[in-house]
Order: sequence, then C-alpha cells, then structure tokens
Amino acid sequence: MNDTEIRALLADVLAGIAPEADLATVGDDEDLRAALDLDSMDFMNLVIGLHQRTGIDIPEADVPKLFTLRGLTGYLAR
Amino acid sequence: MTGSRITKRPGNLSPLPNLRDYEGTCSTFSWDQAARLLDGLPGGAGLNICHEAVDRHLRHGRGGKTALRWLGKGGERRELTYGDLSLATGRFANALGSLGVQPGERVFLLMGRLPELYVALLGALKARCVVTPLFSAFGPEPIAMRAELGDARVLVTTPELYQRKVRGLRARLPGLKHVILVGEPPAGEPGVQGWDALVGSASSDYVIGPTDPESLALLHFTSGTTGRPKGAMHVHGAVVAHAATALYALDLHDDDIFWCTADPGWVTGTSYGVIAPLVTGVTSVVAEAEFDAQTWYGVLEREKVSVWYTAPTAIRMMMKLGADAVRAYKLPALRFMASVGEPLNPEAVVWGQEAFGLPFHDNWWQTETGGIMIANFPALDIKPGSMGRPLPGITAAIVQRRADASVQVVAEPGIDGELALKVPWPSMMRGYLHEDERYRKCFAGGWYLTGDLARRDEDGYFWFVGRADDVIKSAGHLIGPFEVESALLEHPAVAEAAVIGKPDPIVGEVVKAFVALKPGFEAGEALRRELLGHARKRLGAAVAPKEIDFRANLPKTRSGKIMRRLLKARELGLPEGDLSTLESDEK
Repeated sequence: MNDTEIRALLADVLAGIAPEADLATVGDDEDLRAALDLDSMDFMNLVIGLHQRTGIDIPEADVPKLFTLRGLTGYLAR
Repeated sequence: MTGSRITKRPGNLSPLPNLRDYEGTCSTFSWDQAARLLDGLPGGAGLNICHEAVDRHLRHGRGGKTALRWLGKGGERRELTYGDLSLATGRFANALGSLGVQPGERVFLLMGRLPELYVALLGALKARCVVTPLFSAFGPEPIAMRAELGDARVLVTTPELYQRKVRGLRARLPGLKHVILVGEPPAGEPGVQGWDALVGSASSDYVIGPTDPESLALLHFTSGTTGRPKGAMHVHGAVVAHAATALYALDLHDDDIFWCTADPGWVTGTSYGVIAPLVTGVTSVVAEAEFDAQTWYGVLEREKVSVWYTAPTAIRMMMKLGADAVRAYKLPALRFMASVGEPLNPEAVVWGQEAFGLPFHDNWWQTETGGIMIANFPALDIKPGSMGRPLPGITAAIVQRRADASVQVVAEPGIDGELALKVPWPSMMRGYLHEDERYRKCFAGGWYLTGDLARRDEDGYFWFVGRADDVIKSAGHLIGPFEVESALLEHPAVAEAAVIGKPDPIVGEVVKAFVALKPGFEAGEALRRELLGHARKRLGAAVAPKEIDFRANLPKTRSGKIMRRLLKARELGLPEGDLSTLESDEK
C-alpha cells in the first residue's frame, strides 16, 4: 500500500471509532491520540481495525510506533 | 485464586515499613495525633494545604530538595525544588490577587500534566481559592456543566484546549471572568491572558492568610446514577489524612522517588499525585505522556522510582505485553507498588510478582472519602483480589439498609452488603455542592454509605462485590449514565437513550448506549456513526459511549423509568431478576 491508500484506510477505520475525527487536521509527527482525542480503548480498537483490514500483524510491542501518522504509514507500508 | 495468599516478612523489608504493627497502631491511632505530622500556619493561623505541601519544607531545610521531577512528552526534563515551588506558587497566588480574585472563589484547571498545572493548583490553595481540576479529555459539555455548577471564576488552560473546548462556551459561563492560558494567548480575546505575562511578572512573596482547617479547598466532581455530576467538597484539614495515608498505605519514606500515574483531573491525581507526596516531602515524578507500557518502564528505570501508584487498566495493558518486556529493564530501586481505581483482579496482583518481583497492593477509596480508606499494606499478607484492610483511624463495616432508611451492621463475616465507613475522618467530603439532600442520603446511623457492595472475610479483609447503583466505571473513572444519555437525547434523531457499563477485560467497563429513534429516522451504520461523533464531540472520549445499539423501544417501568439494569442483564446474558415493575418491554 502506498501512503495515500494507507491514509484512506486509516480514515475509514477511524470513522467507525471516532467519526468526528478529521485526519486532515493532524500533522505527520503529532501524537494521533492527543490530536484526535482518542483514549487508550479507541486506539486499541484502531489497531485491531487496521490489522483486520490489512492482515498485518501488529504485536503489542509495536503499537507505540503507530502513535504518529508518519510512524503508522511507515509501519503499514513495510 | 481467591484462597491464595502472598505472605510478607516485614522484618526483611528495607526500609522497614512505616506501619509494622497493624493491630497495635489501629488501637492507639487518633487523628488528633496524626495532625502532628503537620506544622500548621505560623502563629496558629490555621492549616493550609499549600503551606504543608510546600512552604513548610523550607523551614525544615528542604528548600533545595527536588519536589517535582517533570518529564515532558518530547523528552524534556524539569526539576522544581521545594524552594522553586514556594516561589512559583507565591507568584500564582499574587497573580490571582492582582485579578481581584477572592479567597473562596473557584479556580478551575483544564490541561495536561504540565508543571503549571501543579503550580496553579497549589498556588490557588495558597490564595485560599477553591480548586477544581478537570480532566483534559473532557469534551465541552462536561466542562460547561461542571464550570456552571461550580461557579468557576478563573480557568487555567492551554491555548489549544481553550480554542477547541472552551471558547464556544463563554456565553454560557458569565461567571468565568478570567482565563489564564499557558502559552501564547490569542489577540483581542476579552478576559484571556497569558501565563507568562500575568504570573511571570508577579511577586513571589506571599504570606498565606489565616486558613480555617474547615474551609473549602477542593471541589471534585463525581458522577451518580441520576442527575447532574456531584461536586464533592473537601477542606484544607483533609491534608491530615493525605499525610497519614501516604505514610501507611503508600509507605513513603524521606528518600523515596514516588510516581503516581493518575491525572490530577481525577481525585487520585490530586490527592496522591500532588498533595500527599509533597506533604511527605519526597520527590514526586510527573510524566506528561499518555500511557505506553515501555515508556513507563523507562521512567521507572531512569528515574529510579521506589514507590509506584498506578491503576488496573494500565496494569492489564502491561500484562498484554508480557512479563519479559518488564524484565528487560533494571528496576532495583522499585520496592512498593500500589493500585487504585477499580478492583485489581487476582491475576494482576500475582503478575506483579512475576514481572517486577513485587505484588501490586490494591487499595480502595472514592472521591467522597478524599483519601485511601482500605488498603493492602507492605507489612501485611495480601489476599489477591481483596482491597485489604481499613487504614488506622478508619472503621469500615458491611451494613444492610433497612426499609426505614436506617442501617444494620452485619457482624458475621462472608456476607454481602454495602460497604460503610464510620464518620468522621479528616478528608471526608463536607457536602455535595448545592445538593444537601443528596449529601444527607449518603449517611445513616453515623455511617457513610459508599454505594459499593462488598464483604468482609474472617481475617478482616474486604472484598469488592459490585456497585449498588448504575454508575459506570471505565478505566477507573466514574461515569454517570445520565450525563451520557442527556448528550444523546440532544440529537434530533433520539427519542430514548439508556446507557450501561459493559464488562471489558482491560478497562473494567465500557460505556454502551441503547437508543430508540424518533419516527422518520432509520437505524443503521450511518446514523450510528453520526450519534457516536455527536456524543464524542460533546462529551469527549473519556465519557462518550464506545458502542451504540438501536432498539425500537427501551424497557420501562410503569412510571416511565428506563430499566438500565434489565438492558445490562440481557447484554450479559444474566438472569433478568424481578420484572414486576416492567411495563413496556424493549423491542
């Protein structure tokens, strides 16, 4: 997946968890949790959603790598 | 695992626990004596939390000791000594004075864990204002509701939070005269000032005025089943309980590095993240970043944290990552771990031993009790899953309510009933703001009735059984179903709403909403998302529902009251119980 596809997928998963969240307002290196008002439960659901949609395993220890847009797109693009 | 026991050899512990002889201390303890842990204002001018937590340490030669060690999100570090904190809180108190803010007026705090949060909290107490810390993840609606109820005169927040959550509320909050922003204030915004300009230029010399120990210091909002949030009122004299419980339940010693992970927006983060460690004179770690297991282990290792007070949701998330991840860090300084927020499951207590070589010590208290009431202590055996035994000075019992509103103490062990505490103790709430009736209902026959169901075993350990009401506990925070339902009902599509706590292995309970729609609206994913977004925008992620289900009709009693209990039983596949009052069932 390229960057654009990953962002579209993220927006889609996010819409089921935090429909009010607007990815366009988030900088590449901002913490998504703070920028989009996601609590730990929301973020866990987001990670589960990304795994389900991509089939990519995201071990617990890697979750912090997904805290920023840059980290998340980089991780899923691998 | 209920029958298991973690045995302690207190004589082998270093340092020796402050509370070694539990029975002996309980029998001789008095709160009057505990008050001697404190200095009081010079000249017998009363008792002020900020003086006990900060200024008095300068007289004892601790001015150069680190009080707060702040760890910023981006890796920054800032150390504030007791001397620094004394000057900074003096400046803030003078800044409030320069705005004409009077003692007794309310100062609200809404921000992440920045150093200014701690300075403002203590500085406002110094000025004898009443402080209400709010959780920064609250949405505009919970903020507005609390600021209205509490008559907020001053709000200290950040430019981002102001812009996102507060600016649109100003018309609703005519009493909010002053907003102090930590950062650059927007130009031309009336009643809004920057921290640096206002506080930075104020004098640090401040003499605390006479403070009656019974005068209001903190207003902490908590949630009930019905109605608006309740403002639990706490007084300066509560600091006696903070001091005593810091010694006994957290076992703080002079050279400890203490870390309470709770946010001051909740009562734990105020009582034990700010007041108790500073009153005791230890060094307290403040980490700005949100939870992340490995970041936290790094903090424990690098800062050589010796006493750690955290919460079940965090512990269960750490368990998911596994014990090996903990063992990769060297934590020789860590000697005592405690947990609060909701009952800690026995597996988590034991996992502490596996991962850290130390068990977690669960303890129990509420916003209303102001401080730890029941705890597992370093010198006493732990029965995993139990909340432990009452603190010295606290008498706890299991009671049953009678029809005439009196209560009967259940003397024999092993019987479920309501957990009750004999009044008074120093940090007991002195009332719910503007709600005397609700306050009075919490007491009967000299007991404070906690609303928690529990039992006491034959060894005097207390065990949590459940809540007596419909209040939801998610990630250790109380959420009132009414507040969530009200927000949903504001949406034009919603005719009825009922909100329950759905059990969850990590956060305890998640907020789940059932809604019935008005004619002309169609249930479906599009509307579900719209309602979810609507609730999150108003309430914030910490309070808004995580799940929304549609129903054609919600089960109601004859008087029209929605039966949350029945929805919950059905959700969990539990027996439906007494349905004699059910008039109209769900569809």
